[in-house]
Amino acid sequence: MKFFPLLWATLWRRKPRTIFTMLSIVVAFLLFGLLQAVNVAFNQGVEMSGADRLITHGKYSFTEILPYGHYQQIRSVPGVDKVSHATWFGGRYQSEANFFPIMPVDQETYYDVYPEFVVADDQVATFKRERTSCIVGRGLMEKFGWKIGDTIPIQATIWPKKGGSNAWEFQLVGVMDARDETMKGQEDFMVFRWDYFDEARAFGQGTVGWYNVKVANPAEAETVGRSIDKLFANSPKETLTETDKAFNAAFIKQFGDIQFLIASIIGASFFSLIIITGNTMMQSVRERVPELAVLKTIGFRDGGVLALVLAESALLCLIAAVIGVLLSTFASGFLKPFLPGLEVNLGVWTLALGAAIVLALVVGAIPSLRAMRLNIVNALSGH
Amino acid sequence: MASAFAQVTAVTALNLRTVPSRLGPSMVIVIGIAGVVGVLVALLAMAEGFRATLSSTGRADRVLVLRGGANDELSSVIYRSQVPTIEQAPGIRKDADGKPIAAAEVFMLTSLPRRGATDPTNVVVRGTQPNVLAVRPEVRIVEGRMFNSGMREIIAGRGAAAEFEGLTIGGSVAVRGDGWKVVGIFESGGNVHESEIWTDAEAIMSAANRGAPTSVIAQLESESQLQPFKDFLTKDPSMTVDVLSEPKYYASRSKMLSNLINGLGYFVAVVMAIGALFGALNTMYAAVSTRSVEIATLRALGFGAAPVVVSIMLEAIVLALAGGILGALIAFVLFNGYTISTLNGQTFSQVAFDFRVTPALLVQGIVWAAVIGLFGGLFPALRAARMPVAEALRAG
Amino acid sequence: MAETLIALDRISKHYVRGKEKIEVLHELSLNIEQGDFLALMGPSGSGKTTLLNLIGGLDQPSAGTITVSGQRIDTLSGGRLAQWRARNVGFVFQFYNLLPVLTAAQNVELPLLLTHLSKSERARRVQIALTVVGLEDRAKHKPSELSGGQAQRVAIARALVADPTLLVCDEPTGDLDRKTADEVLGLLQTLNREHGKTLIMVTHDPRAAEYAGHQLHMDKGRLIEAGAQA
Repeated sequence: MKFFPLLWATLWRRKPRTIFTMLSIVVAFLLFGLLQAVNVAFNQGVEMSGADRLITHGKYSFTEILPYGHYQQIRSVPGVDKVSHATWFGGRYQSEANFFPIMPVDQETYYDVYPEFVVADDQVATFKRERTSCIVGRGLMEKFGWKIGDTIPIQATIWPKKGGSNAWEFQLVGVMDARDETMKGQEDFMVFRWDYFDEARAFGQGTVGWYNVKVANPAEAETVGRSIDKLFANSPKETLTETDKAFNAAFIKQFGDIQFLIASIIGASFFSLIIITGNTMMQSVRERVPELAVLKTIGFRDGGVLALVLAESALLCLIAAVIGVLLSTFASGFLKPFLPGLEVNLGVWTLALGAAIVLALVVGAIPSLRAMRLNIVNALSGH
Repeated sequence: MASAFAQVTAVTALNLRTVPSRLGPSMVIVIGIAGVVGVLVALLAMAEGFRATLSSTGRADRVLVLRGGANDELSSVIYRSQVPTIEQAPGIRKDADGKPIAAAEVFMLTSLPRRGATDPTNVVVRGTQPNVLAVRPEVRIVEGRMFNSGMREIIAGRGAAAEFEGLTIGGSVAVRGDGWKVVGIFESGGNVHESEIWTDAEAIMSAANRGAPTSVIAQLESESQLQPFKDFLTKDPSMTVDVLSEPKYYASRSKMLSNLINGLGYFVAVVMAIGALFGALNTMYAAVSTRSVEIATLRALGFGAAPVVVSIMLEAIVLALAGGILGALIAFVLFNGYTISTLNGQTFSQVAFDFRVTPALLVQGIVWAAVIGLFGGLFPALRAARMPVAEALRAG
Repeated sequence: MAETLIALDRISKHYVRGKEKIEVLHELSLNIEQGDFLALMGPSGSGKTTLLNLIGGLDQPSAGTITVSGQRIDTLSGGRLAQWRARNVGFVFQFYNLLPVLTAAQNVELPLLLTHLSKSERARRVQIALTVVGLEDRAKHKPSELSGGQAQRVAIARALVADPTLLVCDEPTGDLDRKTADEVLGLLQTLNREHGKTLIMVTHDPRAAEYAGHQLHMDKGRLIEAGAQA
């Protein structure tokens, strides 16, 4: 790129101005990166959900509990490969602020249905052997400083033990990792054994929260789901079966207006930014009129001068965008404990760089057209 | 020192007169800061609206009895056998017939699509007692009538009725099984109950195969009865319950989301303010450099450095305030009273609330603008003051 | 006999200012030979800079034809004209018009950016051009670090570097003191005599004009014959 030294030199023509402008853009892209990372966190559940997995929950709300008796019936539905189940335990470790999901699950099948969470074979074996054992995500283990073999006390919020005590205790026998690096953070929950839970709880015996169903052929997922629901139609506990993806997507849609809000903030900050940066580019072109005329005299074409000014604008916006998104990557690393799943991924980068180019074109449009239309004779005699 | 004032006035007037000729760069300050203040005020108005909606729910002399350890109504269970003990506890106000003003309620979720949408959204179904209007006197049926006990009849809060498909009088929705008829619409002063559906507790429990209510709500004789009432219940070994005043309960249920929105608001505003500050610095430095000859001339005529500094800062602050007022006005016009509905992650249920652009928020926004203006003007002003007079004159 | 490099045939140039039509050049014809060093003289507003701009391809005549090396340039489009300038003309201005953000070498390199030359070849030619003007030791200096005479010599190097046949100079010594001006004019003369460049120089300084091979005087848009010869 032989024009680069020229571009670079003109970009830094007035250092303070370029730096201030760049910092404004950096700040906007820091915001952009972080807000997009929030979006990623929101949508992560949807992205990770397997296409071959269904969730069967209460017809009227996923908070309804279902009879354990549905288990065998669902297993017998043609096209069903594996069935597992889980229940929402609620519960808190020390305080409500430490919230993480806790679920009693079927220790025999849970990790067959959720292959995206990896636990060492011997740890799963211990989990199947020890009635009061539990497994937690790697992130939680690090956050709370737990070790394998520790007893973790959990206060029940929904499910007291027989006799009314809320104090449950589980032995930590295993740790989960997300199979995929991009899913890191998703594994931060706790599972323990449903058989122990069902025996020890004060009420609700013989029920589970929902069933996770792995189908043999993903293409038949919808059909299998309908067969399952038909099975329980007009029973006291009707069900609704949907793909994990649809379930997660519907859940996220419930935050709907919040996502609109995020888009509005980005819009407002970019609008302010276009004004700030556009003004800088105008100033810069205004003071360079004689220089641009010289370039034209030397033989740069109108289009070439236009391209130079646009390229300068693009260079300014891209450098700032890269710095801004890098900063947002670091910042989201710090914020991850407060908002799990926060991630500046490749999609965010692509979006940000795209936005930077659009921004560059918008703010560069008027100055570059002005530079292009510059009349050499007038510009030179203006001296 | 009258002359100092006169000097400042003279220099400032001179500066401000040139603003129209530098309209583009001046607009950078105005619009940049309007953006910051607009976003800040809008987000804080949202947090304020959410907080106000939840904290306006309930009265200090009303209590909620939950199972001990339960975070909220959704996770609570009160055994039927415990209900009479609670209702007979000391401190509960009695009605004309001598019956306690209290109701055992069941709190559930159901899924209904928003109007014009198909995706289901969680809606609170509150199974309550026929005397609920005595327990919650702020509730008024504004259309239709109260539900009848034992029937599949519901009344819908005004917010819910506006939001969800089928919630109009004569309509029918599936709550637990089909055919729940909407017979009334109620208001409750804009609080969180207006996002709910109410029905008879016995009817919904039998439809849902549920044996026990989730909570008991009771009207105390006075706020001071809270402690004795609480002591009575917590000392009873057959009871494991938590007793909370309603405001305390609802404030705790709004904490996470309103903290989140507040945090987001301040974070975004600080970040944007930094961006706007750089824009303002740019503009003011440019303003100083294009006027270096004027400034030098004034200095040569005997004006002091201080009036130059003050006048440049005044210009920055005037522009910033214009931006602040503009941003606050935009936020007010666009968002005041704007209704938004979102999922309260703490209760898994939808709650609708209005943005509240309060005077305090407007003032806060304008203060932010002034501070940005102050810093945006300070450094360029100092540079102008330090400029060697002779050199600046020659450069012209 | 040297052959004709530039042929101007009855060219006119007028500008419209509001309702008024200002005629700057009136049916002017002129031939300039290859290897000439021509000084254009005349009072302000006589049209000499306009004439120079037309010859250099910065502007186009309202009427008449301009032929350079057999090619009509009055009919070229803006883009073609830019290309033609890049190949055939070097410009030297009164105020040097160097880009303040670039070093001397980078300024000189500018016209070469429009060619397909390799980086090393560009560097070599910049080196040669700076040597010709005697400033090879100032390559890394910014214009603000150069004296007026040095800056003008860098500008001349820039005009030379793409090896154009024609150098067009508009008051090249107008901003220089006598001694420096003599150095610069001496350099231009050398370029004309030893490197065979055709030079056209606008000046109002008779001493500067003495360096030229020919002098032409202009007044009110016309050439005045029988200018004093050096």
